[in-house]
Amino acid sequence: MAKKMHIKLKVNGKEEEFLAEPRELLIYTLRERLNITGPHIGCETSHCGACTVTINGKSVKSCTMFVAQADGADITTIEGIGAAGNLHPLQEAFKEHHGLQCGYCTPGMITRAAKLLEEIPSPTEEQIRFGMAGNICRCTGYQNIVKSIQAAAAQMNAAREAAE
Amino acid sequence: MIPAAFDYHRPKDIAGVLALLAEHGDTARVMAGGHSLIPMMKLRMTDVQHLIDLQDVGGLSGIEIGSTSIRIGALVTQAELIDHARLAIAAPILREAALQIADPQVRYMGTIGGNVANGDPGNDMPGLMQCLNASFTLAGPDGERQVAAREFYEAAYVTARSDDEVLTAVTIPMPAGGHAYEKQKRKIGDYATAAAAVQIVNSGGTCSSAAIAMTNLSDTPVFSEAAGAALVGSSVDNAALNAAVAAMLEDIDPTEDNRGPVAFKKHAAGVILRRAIERAWSRA
Repeated sequence: MAKKMHIKLKVNGKEEEFLAEPRELLIYTLRERLNITGPHIGCETSHCGACTVTINGKSVKSCTMFVAQADGADITTIEGIGAAGNLHPLQEAFKEHHGLQCGYCTPGMITRAAKLLEEIPSPTEEQIRFGMAGNICRCTGYQNIVKSIQAAAAQMNAAREAAE
Repeated sequence: MIPAAFDYHRPKDIAGVLALLAEHGDTARVMAGGHSLIPMMKLRMTDVQHLIDLQDVGGLSGIEIGSTSIRIGALVTQAELIDHARLAIAAPILREAALQIADPQVRYMGTIGGNVANGDPGNDMPGLMQCLNASFTLAGPDGERQVAAREFYEAAYVTARSDDEVLTAVTIPMPAGGHAYEKQKRKIGDYATAAAAVQIVNSGGTCSSAAIAMTNLSDTPVFSEAAGAALVGSSVDNAALNAAVAAMLEDIDPTEDNRGPVAFKKHAAGVILRRAIERAWSRA
């Protein structure tokens, strides 16, 4: 048995410290150790994107990262993006434009989309489809997911302009 | 999907990496982004007792564009290759290929060093590096050495790198002429059914040089000198295209798998290669 490591993470702004085996996958750390259950386990083989979180400014599939690799990292999950009563524009838009059906892929979709809109504030449909290609929707509701992201982008850009 | 237990190491420099490799031999594995290695560890298809994470090692990042060559550090990610404006002008084939690798999340993590060092015949960069006549810098106990990409791959997952060495950089002679990276895949994130890298020079309507390599059609990438030679001296007309495709089909050795039987793979290889040559020539 490999020895446990002392791990420090910052998750949604909160410092976390614990002992863990290096082989622990980050998705299990989040869900089972820290009770942050927004990121989902879909395929567990780095295909589906349901476990997507933001790590040091990158969208990452947390099923394909050991907790040891994440030691020292700054992590944002869907819980850090918005909350009931204070939804992120993407969450509002997914609700308004039927961007979810069963909802299983939604935390990963929104976490990835938030990063995409940071990088490309006014994406074309093609840029959205390409930028979201690592997230799979089993309900195949892609058309409304694209619409939701477009609506959120428009809303966020309008809010930015109004603030200037 | 829980991998077997291992000890984790995060050295700060190459000396630290080499010391760990010397101490642990073939029970140690070096990891960059981990997006090839971690899935294999989860499936318990590879046995790693000591995992050496390169993320804190200095000097392995950065893209340097010189007058005659381009040097890319092993830890440069596919996303960084795609976003580098000057690289997109100096060697646009790198961006064109990187955009066809995996998906956004994987491209944030996946590195050029991991892609070329792993020796997976499905990876796109090894064939591209053979097309571009790149060389790889290997650091080992006796210092550094350079190995040509065209000499590096021996069999699936077997390369010229020894267990006590680590790949630190890729150096590419400044590419000339037109380029194309053409890839046929079943879905986003899939390895190629067939992929072709072509770099071709047009001298007044006549092809004066052509370098061609293909991916996932043998247990190593396939650089076909004969396919390139079939184009040189021609106007890249239909006869020359046919000759290049015929030459490549002699050099590939695909096996049947869930991407199709051998006859289909040969067919796909011909179609993809023809498209790649035509597109590269149109840009030359």
